[in-house]
Amino acid sequence: MTDVLERPKAINKKPSWLRRHSPPYWLSLVGGGWMLLFFLIPLVSGLIVSLETGNPISGYTLTWNWHIYSQLFVHSDIPYSTFLLRSLYYGVATTILSILIAYPMAYFIAFRVSVRWKSPLILLVLLSFFVSFVIRTDMWSFVLAQQGFVISGLRKLHLVSANFHILGTSNAVIGGDIYNNLPFMVLPIYVALERIDRRILEAARDLYSNGRQVFLRVVLPLSRAGIFAGVLLVFITTVGDPVNSSLLGGVGTYTIGQAIQDSYLTNQQFNVAAALSTVLMVILGIIMFAYAKIFGTENLENLV
Amino acid sequence: MGITFVPIVVMMLYSFNNAPTSRITFAWNGFTTYWYRNLTQVNGLTHAFLISLEVAILSSLISVIVGTPVALALGRFRFWGKGVINTMVFADIAAPAIVVGAASLSFFLSIKLNTGLLTILIAHVAFNIAYVVVVVRARLSGMDSAIEDAARDLGANAWTTFTKVTLPLIWPGLLAAFLLAFAMSVDDYVITSFIAGSTVTFPLFVYGAAKVGLPPQVLCFGTLIFLVGLIVALANGALNRHHLTTRAATEDSLATSTVAQAVTST
Repeated sequence: MTDVLERPKAINKKPSWLRRHSPPYWLSLVGGGWMLLFFLIPLVSGLIVSLETGNPISGYTLTWNWHIYSQLFVHSDIPYSTFLLRSLYYGVATTILSILIAYPMAYFIAFRVSVRWKSPLILLVLLSFFVSFVIRTDMWSFVLAQQGFVISGLRKLHLVSANFHILGTSNAVIGGDIYNNLPFMVLPIYVALERIDRRILEAARDLYSNGRQVFLRVVLPLSRAGIFAGVLLVFITTVGDPVNSSLLGGVGTYTIGQAIQDSYLTNQQFNVAAALSTVLMVILGIIMFAYAKIFGTENLENLV
Repeated sequence: MGITFVPIVVMMLYSFNNAPTSRITFAWNGFTTYWYRNLTQVNGLTHAFLISLEVAILSSLISVIVGTPVALALGRFRFWGKGVINTMVFADIAAPAIVVGAASLSFFLSIKLNTGLLTILIAHVAFNIAYVVVVVRARLSGMDSAIEDAARDLGANAWTTFTKVTLPLIWPGLLAAFLLAFAMSVDDYVITSFIAGSTVTFPLFVYGAAKVGLPPQVLCFGTLIFLVGLIVALANGALNRHHLTTRAATEDSLATSTVAQAVTST
């Protein structure tokens, strides 16, 4: 008897709970599933591939070969640790120089320009993105080549010696990295600066702080999240990038990105490539986590 | 600032150079439109360009269709697992392309899926969804959800509310997301280089040709892409200015700037 009375209640209750709580899951199902299956799972399974042994001809089997990591980075014929350190050096140099170049640009657009000029200037910052990445990088190698007009011009003016070259050097690679990534630094900083309430700056001035104090104590701390986003994008992209070091660099600028690409696509050493990319990912993760802890990103959520 | 223009100007200039061979040369041999008139002459270049176009259109369309519901879920609901999805979107944008490319190839090899057009498409959608989610969610958060409540109070069901109220309002966001995804897809070299198999996309072709010297037609294609991209960006900016207040227009007239701010949010 009680069973019959209870039942309609239970049926009524269930759909209402489902209706209240299931929509976000239905909405995220396909998109979230796609990212899970084709992004996250491959990323994690890379670790497993790195623990396989074998060769390109007979295939690879999982043998939990943890030794590969010490083989590659401690006693290896190919100096992978050098490549990794070199990539990290390019990443750090590019990131620091990008901040130094990008911050004044972003500051100028955010605070010194009238509203109608902001969009055109932002477009100008982004202009290089409208040229295909590989083409614009190769155009730099074209411009800076030994027979190109920059170097031959400098030689004619006797400003540089006959064997002076730019291509093939670390500076050329870092220069290319900065050029290709600068908009990724300018934009987040600009957005962060643009969101600062101008009344806060007035208040700081009313409380007798000079221009330098306003910048160091108010503007800079409030744009911290923008800098973090820029650092995140620029540093990670630069450290993993194989294109700039390959097109603008030479023998002495071989990076971990190129090593991953070559061991996968040229030598078909799947386990080596997977191990290298796992190490790269873990190191980048640790560096970014440490950066977030040291400089603090608690106002990151407030930005949008 | 002037440095920005160097590769662009050189590209445009040398696409008109009357080079004696079918590779770009340093010497200026006079102005010609020959390379534009013979745009499709280079073996494989046009095909690669069309492949890139196809992949870009399809992957952007799919990622907008699949990613917008995720943005709605994240922007309009509180639910268990929201943080997980947020983190996944963030990781998708932050992960280095070289690692994603290598991992995707491992994955496709291990599930015995032959690399080619299909795998390029799958991987492009996988990285584009994150950009779509971020751009559309930014647009949603700028929209007053009270309007949706009002529609519901007036008796509209969820679907009607979405199609008649939410969708028209977030439409510029969807367009921006599509354009951004398109740009990311058409320009991707690193990830595609791993999973393309024998398929050649435009960036892959250019990279291969760069080692031996580019055919001038590559510069012609580059110039045309540049001009089309610029026109689309200006048109999109004008469209947005029409719809929004000035302050909002400066902030997201350009798709990429929206991503920049969105990346900061995740």
